[in-house]
Amino acid sequence: MKRLPLLSALLSGEMFGVGLMISGMTDPARVKGFLDLAGAWNPSLAFVMAGAIAVGILPFRRLAGRQVSLLGETMQLPTRRDITPRLVLGSVMFGTGWAIAGICPGPALVRLGGGSYEALVFVLAMLAGMKLFAWYDARHS
Amino acid sequence: MSLDLDHFHPWAGLLGGIVIGLAALSLAAFNGRIAGISGIVGSALERSVGLSWRLAFMVGMLVAPWLLAGVLPLVPDSGTTLPRLIGAGLLVGFGTRMAAGCTSGHGVCGLARLSPRSLVAVLSFMAAGFATTYVLEHL
Repeated sequence: MKRLPLLSALLSGEMFGVGLMISGMTDPARVKGFLDLAGAWNPSLAFVMAGAIAVGILPFRRLAGRQVSLLGETMQLPTRRDITPRLVLGSVMFGTGWAIAGICPGPALVRLGGGSYEALVFVLAMLAGMKLFAWYDARHS
Repeated sequence: MSLDLDHFHPWAGLLGGIVIGLAALSLAAFNGRIAGISGIVGSALERSVGLSWRLAFMVGMLVAPWLLAGVLPLVPDSGTTLPRLIGAGLLVGFGTRMAAGCTSGHGVCGLARLSPRSLVAVLSFMAAGFATTYVLEHL
């Protein structure tokens, strides 16, 4: 594989991780505070999504029309539009796990890189869950 | 419901969100790919085509705390019990693959692309998150 796309993927990952850290998404207590509507609600994380969507909305629209990326890679942005039971059921399972631990996949990777033991356990279980789904999917599709 | 204003950081949230959005745009513009973390990890696990850029992206995320070391330290582990960590990880891994996305792929990229699928996914995982937290904290 060419080097430049690897470098841009690496730098994009770094920037993504830095953004997660600035935003507070890597703090499980803040995530739990955001999800605790009935307690002392902390709405900070709503601003994270708002900021990300605000900068992305117009450029993503322009990128959708491209055949190749700026580095000549084939554009492979999602095109599916179907609403399926799997979409809803999977999201409900994800939301449940997210609330239990206060971490989702991105922050889990960042915290793992920072040496968190809890993130290590979470990520190993997450990988097992992904393997389980691949196994389930191979039998039910 | 009350507001926890002691820990309210709207500007940090907004700034972090903007950086996350720019990172997602960077991956889409240069690599033509969606910055969905569960998809990147899950596809790498299946060793599908495109393993190298996925590994590079994951390495980038893993080293992010080193870049900010001394500037913005991660909060320490909070003492979540082993069964909870394992149960949560299994649910997040299985669920995100079944739904083909998580907070990044559906929440950030999908909503910014005005995808109706992603809107349904976000409403579903937020509702489940609120409900689960209510059960854990208030029942």
